This record gives sequence, structure tokens and C-alpha cells, in this order.
Amino acid sequence: MTMPGILTLVTFLPAAGAALILLARMAAPGDNPALDRGVRMMTLIVTIATFALNLLALGRFDWGSADFQLVERIPWALGVDYHLGVDGLGMALMLLTTFLMPLCIIASASIEKQVASYMTLFLILETLMLGVFCALDLALFYIFFEGGLIPMFILIGVWGGQRRIYAAFKFFLYTLLGSILMLVAIIVMAITAGTTSIPDLMKYEFGEQMQIWLWLAFFASFAVKMPMWPVHTWLPDAHVEAPTAGSVVLAAILLKMGGYGFLRFSLPMFPDASAYFTPMMFALSVIAIIYTSLVAFRQTDIKKLIAYSSVAHMGFVTLGIFTGTEQGVQGAIFQMISHGVISGALFLCVGVVYDRMHTREIAFYGGLVHRMPVYAAIFMLFTLGNVGLPGLSGFPGEILSIAGAFQANIWVAVGATIGVILAPVYGLTLYRKVAFGKLENPKLKDITDLDPREWVIFIPLVVATIALGLAPVLALDFTAAYADKLVETYRAAVQASGIGAGG
Amino acid sequence: MSAQVSLLISDLSWAQPELYVAIFALAGVVLGAVFKDGIAPFLGIVGACVFVAAGIWAFKFQPGDAVALFNGSMVVDSFAGFVKGIIAFCAAATLLLGFDHFSKTKEQRFEFPIMTALAVLGLFVMASANDLITLYVGVELQSLASYVLAAWRRDDAKSSEAGLKYFVLGAISSGLLLFGASYIYGFTGSLRFTEIAAATDGGGFGLLFGLVLLICGLAFKIGAAPFHMWTPDVYEGAPTPVTALFSAAPKMAALALLARVLYEPFAGMADQWKQVIVALSALSMAVGSVAALLQTNMKRLMAYSSIANMGFALMPLASGTPDGAAAALVYMAIYLPTTIGVFALILAMRRDGAFVESIDDLAGLASRRVLMASLMTALLFSLAGIPPLAGFWGKWVAFKAAAEGGLVWLAVLGGVAAVVAAAYYLRVIASMWFKPAGAALQAPSGTTLTTALIGAALSFPILVLALGWLETWARAAVAASF
Repeated sequence: MTMPGILTLVTFLPAAGAALILLARMAAPGDNPALDRGVRMMTLIVTIATFALNLLALGRFDWGSADFQLVERIPWALGVDYHLGVDGLGMALMLLTTFLMPLCIIASASIEKQVASYMTLFLILETLMLGVFCALDLALFYIFFEGGLIPMFILIGVWGGQRRIYAAFKFFLYTLLGSILMLVAIIVMAITAGTTSIPDLMKYEFGEQMQIWLWLAFFASFAVKMPMWPVHTWLPDAHVEAPTAGSVVLAAILLKMGGYGFLRFSLPMFPDASAYFTPMMFALSVIAIIYTSLVAFRQTDIKKLIAYSSVAHMGFVTLGIFTGTEQGVQGAIFQMISHGVISGALFLCVGVVYDRMHTREIAFYGGLVHRMPVYAAIFMLFTLGNVGLPGLSGFPGEILSIAGAFQANIWVAVGATIGVILAPVYGLTLYRKVAFGKLENPKLKDITDLDPREWVIFIPLVVATIALGLAPVLALDFTAAYADKLVETYRAAVQASGIGAGG
Repeated sequence: MSAQVSLLISDLSWAQPELYVAIFALAGVVLGAVFKDGIAPFLGIVGACVFVAAGIWAFKFQPGDAVALFNGSMVVDSFAGFVKGIIAFCAAATLLLGFDHFSKTKEQRFEFPIMTALAVLGLFVMASANDLITLYVGVELQSLASYVLAAWRRDDAKSSEAGLKYFVLGAISSGLLLFGASYIYGFTGSLRFTEIAAATDGGGFGLLFGLVLLICGLAFKIGAAPFHMWTPDVYEGAPTPVTALFSAAPKMAALALLARVLYEPFAGMADQWKQVIVALSALSMAVGSVAALLQTNMKRLMAYSSIANMGFALMPLASGTPDGAAAALVYMAIYLPTTIGVFALILAMRRDGAFVESIDDLAGLASRRVLMASLMTALLFSLAGIPPLAGFWGKWVAFKAAAEGGLVWLAVLGGVAAVVAAAYYLRVIASMWFKPAGAALQAPSGTTLTTALIGAALSFPILVLALGWLETWARAAVAASF
């Protein structure tokens, strides 16, 4: 019996916490306020410990190398191995996950019903999300990827808003339909290549025709998850109806699985098909950026507006990835991380006023700056980050993606740039309507500013946003080796087969 | 003479599982006649023990090479051993559930364990059938016991209807089966599977006609579309523990028998029967998934779920490869404990002493009885094939076997059916978690809760971790037998 590796510990520590909660509940059944308090505290400790362990793993991680590191491999069954490992991309997204989870737990203080179940599901969800980013076996990846639907379904359905049941079903079935095609593709790959190991599959060359089919099947899954226009319609519903912490997890982490999938599978394993479909991806990305920006502008619900802005921001990610240039890929990864922090923070901002007023209508608010100056300042910071103000973390990702797009196709870059102009239109309009103006709604007279708990939530996010904005190298150096290698092998494969948009 | 006697004794020693069950059934009749219904609890517990003992025996003492018994009419091999082991455990679990249920409804009658034992005997014979007569005898023995069990509540209109419907439709299917068998006999001149295999010679219209009829008869027993019409009504009408019995062990036996018939005597006609199995599989998945969407009764819902699941189990058989047969075994080994677990929880649905069975009765269960709701959720997600639960691996092996047999489109269809099916499992889960709580259900009994716990524990994590062993056993069973 060997000691489990550090990635196993990071991934399964939250699940162990969940198991502990289950045991505690069996020991003390029924409603029990003391138990609930204990469970909250324990969940927070577990998520912080997971973050600490992840930092420990980071300490053992060699930034300069593009290889998979901290690898663990145990044979399992049916030709599938329990195989974990990370490279720069996986590590960055794992850190994002473990960084945000404690904040989500703190933000869940307003959850009052079935607290123990809520926390159990959140911990299970964290394990499944972390597993996605470090699984090095296709089947294992699929288990984590798809398994996340179960806790998310229940989280939305039980603790969500008015139309939560509809949203939960839509979320589940939409994503499942996308993923099940990927499952068949994974099985076909396992049969063709004789392995489900991701590093081995990256070296395997699938036939051109087969690549196209496999690429499409993976696309079905990742495009829904991402989400890309036109299969993004589950997202506004799910985001709006989910509880605050659920929205944060959805926007900040679950959406990143789509981008992660494109980077981990589509580009390296099906390079010819990726090149073949590049024009389509560009078109869909640009449509997503412009169209959803316009849609966001017309929203009356704060959460929905942010949800649509997420779709637009994800457009930059797909755009960057499929430029096949180093700037593009780096920009896409940076955008994913930055969006994780900023959109998470924005949803938490909405949560702050929602907890006080129980409405997300934009028209309800106005003039919050008079009663909540600190809140208004923080909300301003994240809004500006969201619209891509230089100096905040939203900017480098966008500029790099567009720089990559310029190398690939100037018109695509122009289209994406229009989106950059539209972002302030909806973003600042929202901010003006909510924070500025006169305080006219009498119900807002007694609204209170941030309490200490909320300070604790926002300080790390503010620091992260400013730090990543002022010193983007913090994240870029991290993924540089990974992006170098990806782009190099991708270019080589595309050139060898002679397809592609190239330059 | 003495040579014959020693041969008989040797044959009987291989048929010990069948003997145990038969002796139990006959002794039960005598004891019942003397002690009346007072003996029922005793018989129930002893019966479960006998099943388990027979199953362990069958699983443990597998001959290296197939052993033909009774002049070749039965065969004992690893495949039969594996199948009997699963059948025995399923039957024991459902017998205990029945014992628990009938003691609450005050319908404890000594015939129940006896009829169950006779059905199990039939199932064992099916698993070991090596000629067409044994096949028919096994199927009929199981069916007749099942008809009686379905009509167990004689005074209840629904139960009687279920029994009658099952009997009439079952008789037709038996007729089809026998008719098909007569053609096969006529065209090959033999009843023995081994001799039929030698005489198929690539098939021919008459033989194919017989085979298709035989498959139809067995498809009825499995409950595969388009021979599924009886399932929802019988599932709903029969007392729930009887439904639990129907939903598990007989499916395993009938599927195993079908696999044996296809892979042994008719291996040479694989290209012809493949299309039939493909059609059965595709139709079952489609019908089972779509028709369940509007059900409100848990038992009917599970009936359609079983139809869809049989479609998934037939999918690997359609590939015609040995791996396909092994995949079907793995699928069933994962599916059956899950479905028994769900039925255990349906049996645990009681309000004010009365049994209830509609989806709405589960409303808000998660806020009242979170353990029960969590178990049901895990089991249903496993049935839906969502990872990381074991049901996912069932789908994985089935899809993989189909894709290896060149049936990628069938796997894609299965995937779409799985998404549709997920919608109705989600409805039940949504009812338990999302709906406001109605009047609370009573606390589940120890037996039902334990059974459900075991089913859920098998779904996750036991079978997931033991997947390697399960696969090795299934492959070995198929490799040593076909």
C-alpha cells in the first residue's frame, strides 16, 4: 500500500469531509441547529484545508516544465486507470477552484434549510470539479465531468429561486445530452487507440475523417458546457435560479470545463479537425461576443445580465483557443481565470443585495452608493474588471485573445473588438442604475453596508483582481510552458496534414 | 446398471443447487400442510438461506470445462454458475422483502416461499438448459409459479387482472417458443444445443423462422419491446414484493438463456440473428424511455425502466462477440441490485399503515427522511447511468461492446435514450428534493432499509471498486462456456 499522492489528497479531501458530515448526521438525526453550525464550520475548514493542500502541491510543481507532473497511476478495471496529474493549465484551474470554494461557503451563510445536505453536496461538487482538472484518463475525466451534474442539479433545485425546478431540469438534461455524445466518442477512441490514457492519446494520430466525428462529439459537450452561442440558453436560467454560491461555482468553475476540454482534448488530439472547424469556431465566438452583449444590455434582472456577460466573455476564450497562436491560447487561459474571479465576485455582489432585499430587479435598486459606499466601491471595481479596464484582471485576457485573433484573421479581431466596446455599455449601465442616482425606493432607506463576513469574502477577490491586472505575468508565466508546447505540437500537426486556416 | 447409477449420482452432485431448492419446496409443502400459515416466517427465512447456499455453491464449484448432465439435457459451466449465483441472491433478497411486506399486510401465507422456490428452480433450470426441452421446462416452471404469484391477492381485482393478463400473454409466448422449437427440431433433427450447432450449416429460411420465434418467446420473458405490453400492468397489479421478484431474477435467467441459445447452437447464424437483437434492443430502449415519461406510479415507472434497461442489456449481445456476452453479464450484475434496492424503497413507502406507490407520495421526502431520499437518489442516478455510480459502468461496457461490434449508431441511440430516461428518473428525484413536503411517510422497516442500503452500497462504491473482478469473472464465465 503506497501513500496516496498529493493530487489524490487535494481532490478527495472535500469528499472525505462530505462523508464525515454523513456520519455525523447518522449519529444525530433530525433537525439540529448545533449540528448545522458545526457542519458549516467544518465545511469551511475542509475547503480551506483543501486550498492549503493545493498550495502545497503548487510548491512541488515545476512551472518551467510542460509535462504532466505529480502523476499518480493505479490500474483500475476495464482498461481504465486511476491516473492523475497536472500541467500548468490543470494546476491553474485547480487553484482557482480551491481558492473560490471557501468564499462560496462563507457566502452561503444565508442558506437556512437543510444546511447539512447543502454542505455535503458542495463538498462532493468540489471533489468532482477538482477531479476534472487533474484526471489523466479519459474515462476518469468523464466520471468527474458528468458526476458534477448530480450535486449541481440538487443544489439548484432545492436552494434556488422561483423557477428553480425548471432551471434544474434544463441544466441537467441539456448538459447530459451534450456529454453523452462525448461518451460514445470516448468509447470509440478507447477502442481505436486501445487506451484511455490522455497523454498516450495526445500522441496517437486519429484518421482525418474520424477526427471530424470525434471533434464534433466533444464539441457537443464542451460547447454546451462553455456555453457557446446558440446552445447557451440553459445558462441564464441556471445562473439566475441557483443560490448565490451555486451561481459562483457555475460561472467561475463549471464553465471553465468547456474551455479546459477544448484545450485538453480538441486541439491536441484532433488537430486536423480543429483546424478544419476553426472558421466555424471563430464565427460562433464572434456571434457570442456581440449578440450576447446586446442581449445582456436589455436585461432587467441583475443576475441574468451577468450571466449573459459570461457567455460573451467565454466567446473570447473560444476565440483565443482556436487562433492556435501562443497569445491566443495564453489569453484564453488568462481570461478563464480572470473571469472565474470577476464573475464569481459579481455574483457575490448580487448576493449581497439579494440577501437584504430578496429581489434582483435592476429597477428596484438605485442610489445604493448613498447607503452602501463600500459596497458600491467594490461593485464598481468588479464591474470595471468585467468590462476590461486596463490594470484589472479582465484586460490582459481580452487583449491577448484579440492579438491572437489579429494574426489569424483581421475581421474576426474586428468583430471581437466590437464586443469590447459593448461590454462597458451594458456593464456601466447596470452599475449606474444600481449604484448611482437618487435613492428613491423607500425600501432601500435602511439597507446596510457590508458586514465583516462580507468583507472577508471580498478582500481576497479584490486582491486577486488587482494583482492579476497589474502583474499578469503571475498567471501567464504559470501557463507559458504549457501554451508553448500545445501551440507547437498543434501547428506541427496541422502543417503535416496540410489543412487549415494557418496564417 | 451400476455404471448408470454412479453416473446419475455424479450428475446429481453437479445439480446440487437445483436439488437444494427442489427439496426445500417439497419439504415446504409438507410442513405447510401440517403447520398451516404459522410456519410461513420460518419457511421465508429458511428459503432465503437455501437460495443463498445454492447460489454460493453454484458460483463456487464451477467445473473447469462444461459438464453435461442427464444425457446432455442440462449443462453445468462457469456461465451457469455465475448466473445462478446472481439469481440466488436476487431471489433471496426479494423473498425477505416479501416476508417483511406480507407480515405488515397480515397476508403471511406459507405458499409464498414455496412458489418463489419453484420459480427459482425454474430459473436455475433455464440457466443450465442444454436442449430445447429443458429450455421449455425451465421457462414454464418459472412462468407458472410467476402467474400464481402475480395473482397472489386473490380478492384484489388488480392483482387478479395482473395474474390473468400475465397468464394469457405468457401462454401465447410459450406457444411461440414451442412453435419455434419445433421448427428448429424439424430442420436440424435434434434438440441438443451441441447437435443443433453442428447442423445449422449457415442457417436457411426454415431454421431462421424457428429461431426468430424462439427469440420472440424469450424476449417476452425478458420484457423487451415489442413484447413488453404485459410488464406495466403486471408490475402495477402484482403485490410489490412479487414485482420486485419479477424485476430481478427472471430477467437475469432469461437473458442468460437467450445468450446461451444465440452463442451456442446458433453461433453459426450470428449475422442473421444480430439484426433481430439489434431491433429488440433499439425498440426497448426507445419505448422504455419515452413511455415512462408520463407515469405517475412508481411501479409502472419501474416497469418501463426495466424495459429500457433490458434494451441496454441486449445491446452488447447484438455485437455477437464473446465480449458482448460478458458485457451483458456485467450489465445485469450492476443493474439487478440497483433495481432491487429501488423496490425495497418502494416497499418502504407507507403512510398511516397503508402502502402508497405514486411519485407524489415521495414529495418532500428529503426534508423528512433524508436517508431514504438519499438512497433512492443514488439508486435512481445509478439506473440513469450517471457517473460515478456503478450504473455508468454498465452503460460503458454495453456501449463499448456495441461499438466493438460495429454498432456505433446503436450506442448513440442508447445514449439519446439514456438522456430521455434520465428525465423521468429526475422527476422522481425532483419530487423528493424540490417539492414541499406532504404528510410524512412512516419510518422504513429494517429489512427494506437494509436491502436498500446494500443496493446503494453496491452501486457506489462497492461495484465500482470491484469492477475489475466483476469483469474478470464475467469474461472467464463466457470464455469457459461458449
